[in-house]
Amino acid sequence: MNLTILSLIAVFSLSCYFFGKSKVLKQTKISGKKFHSLPEYYGYYLAAWCGLPALIILFFWSFSELYIVKLFILSDFRADPSIDENKLNLIFSEIKSIAEKNFSGTIPQNLVPYVEKFLSLNKILELSKFAVIFSAIIFSLSFAYSQILKNIRARESVEKVIRVVMFLCAAIAVFTTFGIVLSLLFESIKFFTAVSIFDFITGTNWAPGRAFVRDASVQTADVENVFGAVPLFWGTFFIAMIAMCVAVPIGLFSGIFMAEYASRKIRRIVKPLIEVLAGIPTVVYGFFAALTVGPFFRTIGEAVGLNVSSESALAAGMIMGVMIIPYVSSLTDDVINAVPVSLREGSYAMGATKSETIKKVILPAALPGIVGSILLAISRAVGETMIVVMAAGLGANLTINPLEASTTITTQIVTILIGDQSFNNPKTQAAFALGLTLFFFTLVINIIALNIVKKFREKYE
Amino acid sequence: MNNKEKEIFLRKRYSAEKRFRFFGISSIIIALSFLCILLINIFTNGLSAFSRTEILLKINFNEKKLGINSSSTDKEIKQANFDEVLQDALLSLAPNAPELKQAELMDLVSIDATTELKKFYLKNKDVLNKTAEVAVTLSDDIDQVHKGNFPRDIPEDRRRFSDFQLKIYDEQSSKNKIISEFNWPFIFNADSREPEIAGVGASLMGSFFTLIVCLLLSFPLGILAAIYLEEFAPKNKITEIIEVNVNNLAAVPSIVFGLLGLGVFLNYFYLPRSTPLVGGLVLALMTLPRIIIPCRAALKAVPPSIREGALALGASKVQTVMHNVVPLAMPGTLSGTIIGLSQALGETAPLLLIGMVAFINVVPSTPLDPSSVLPVQVYLWSESAERGFVEKTSATIIILIFFLAFMNSFAIYLRNKFEKKWS
Repeated sequence: MNLTILSLIAVFSLSCYFFGKSKVLKQTKISGKKFHSLPEYYGYYLAAWCGLPALIILFFWSFSELYIVKLFILSDFRADPSIDENKLNLIFSEIKSIAEKNFSGTIPQNLVPYVEKFLSLNKILELSKFAVIFSAIIFSLSFAYSQILKNIRARESVEKVIRVVMFLCAAIAVFTTFGIVLSLLFESIKFFTAVSIFDFITGTNWAPGRAFVRDASVQTADVENVFGAVPLFWGTFFIAMIAMCVAVPIGLFSGIFMAEYASRKIRRIVKPLIEVLAGIPTVVYGFFAALTVGPFFRTIGEAVGLNVSSESALAAGMIMGVMIIPYVSSLTDDVINAVPVSLREGSYAMGATKSETIKKVILPAALPGIVGSILLAISRAVGETMIVVMAAGLGANLTINPLEASTTITTQIVTILIGDQSFNNPKTQAAFALGLTLFFFTLVINIIALNIVKKFREKYE
Repeated sequence: MNNKEKEIFLRKRYSAEKRFRFFGISSIIIALSFLCILLINIFTNGLSAFSRTEILLKINFNEKKLGINSSSTDKEIKQANFDEVLQDALLSLAPNAPELKQAELMDLVSIDATTELKKFYLKNKDVLNKTAEVAVTLSDDIDQVHKGNFPRDIPEDRRRFSDFQLKIYDEQSSKNKIISEFNWPFIFNADSREPEIAGVGASLMGSFFTLIVCLLLSFPLGILAAIYLEEFAPKNKITEIIEVNVNNLAAVPSIVFGLLGLGVFLNYFYLPRSTPLVGGLVLALMTLPRIIIPCRAALKAVPPSIREGALALGASKVQTVMHNVVPLAMPGTLSGTIIGLSQALGETAPLLLIGMVAFINVVPSTPLDPSSVLPVQVYLWSESAERGFVEKTSATIIILIFFLAFMNSFAIYLRNKFEKKWS
């Protein structure tokens, strides 16, 4: 339905454009009347008046439609005090899926009249949507047409619209951040009313599977001591550190070599090749870590008499480190190139060798930039999901042994939310609380890192 | 310091220099060898999935056994039971086999074998009541043995096929009745529990729809946002907030976008679960900042003289930007968009959260059908125990990497070929 209306609006707007343009052209030809703007601007003007109000109405209507239907349908159920909000939602989604013929199982007979009501209400709303939108189009078109005949300054109006649309597009970034924060907060607050925030941050036992909820009302006994997130925080930190142990030395030295030693030709080949490492999907690394690296470590461990679990923090961390190498190397390369040549020349003039210049002059000068790049790499490692999901295991162990399985924030979010999940249950909400933690942690690191890099750039530019 | 001490000191400094250089070279070599090992590993594991193993069986299309006759319609043929003729053909491979072994004979071929027979018959209806040699797909286990992926010398109780089956396979193999063909079903089929008939067709379509939705949303929005921020935005608090947001969103972990999709698109707006529509929406939000940033760089690279020239001729600000600046920045913006889309193509985590991990055994035909995508298919198959799925997973990765390589090289080509160098 919406698609039909959308395509109709598009067709109307397009024909309005051609109509407006030819109308103005004809008028100039016949009566010699001079218009303020070029003819196509009158076309755009008419098209904008045709399309924009209709689109705005369609947008808001489509979002409020379901709520209006819900309000009407559920008014009977609301009278019953024994039915709470969660149950109301459940009833409504049941009615909806029966009406859309997606319902599996036997249809409860008491819902049948409501399904009919739902269908008839939907029909009325659809028809009235159609009517409202098309009367809006006719109304705004007749207004715009009269304005054209009055020789309005069409270009200025059109340009104003273009600017507003552009601004809205740019503002989507802000809306997205709001959407993220709100959706995470909304569920997290529900979670923290059931589980104390203190237990979440300091508890050391993570076993959300045990938090079964038999009723809609949450029993505190059920959720106590199973949502301690410390093992997850530790696992995340631990695996990220293993990754950085691989990525920082290799990335740093490759960056230095590419910036200072490599000839232009070698650099042009090697730099994109290393960046390929960052372009490979993380699920590929996860597959490689789980299927090749994990068992490989296991055989080595068996050979020297160590007990290595096939899903180990070491395998996941190492492969994650490989993935992160290009983030460190490319940024190092960039910041070293940003250090002024005069510093280098001064050092060479004093008789220093290349490595002495790098170690004593360039690296100290580029240090803030390098620290920033390492911080960005850490935030990348903390938020990385697929490698740890596939290779690090699920057991929430609080261990410093890299050969054991260990779990992370992202792994737990995926395991909790994968497949079918019921909402309004602390286990599901815990995933959102973890997401919130992850979001704020990476946000803080990113802001610090971006500021350091920005300050560094300003210093030398 | 005498001369000798000086010489020693100098030698030390030079060897330190050499060491430093060596560290640089070796770390680059380590990084590149990781890349090589990864790719070689995937390719050696995966290439064999592009062929499939078939056995040539003498099938007697007996009218009575099939329950059809020469005037049967296609629909009747599709409903006919081809099990019996297949059974006869398989039993004839080992006529004296005891009853216990007969079930093992049946397991030699894929469970999809009767469908293949039906397809063959529909194409060659004149074989009715005659015997024809038909190529039938072998079961996954025998397929793996044929490709040499499974060692045959381990004890019988630790493998999924019996000595008897192996004997039959060897007999047929020596008679040249076992053939290999290019595995078209792998490209076109949907997912299945049986490795020999499982394919990436459904996830290819899913990826395609998801990317289309993502492109349609993120490209216009991203380009308009970039133009606004680079050309029109006044220097004030609001612009600053938007810029900080764009930069931060580019670094937010992708899984957080999955939570956003789950919390907002699925639970608030009731959009259909597991569909490319929602997947595309989530990926579009994720890709948006990754498109805005290179687009802005491309706009910034257009020299001010272009703008000044247009303004001097009386063009308005919007006209200048739309008619003069944007066309010149197009190669840069397009290559930035393609690279952003290639990242979206390889993204897995957010799609897991919006339910695109469901087992889908039909190829989706619209963006509103539940479907899977290529990287999620990799994840799904990597969790399966069958040996056949290991090679399928690697082969899916090969296809994925092929698309990524194609997109990225196209982006580089666009940039090198059409981008103007201003200097």
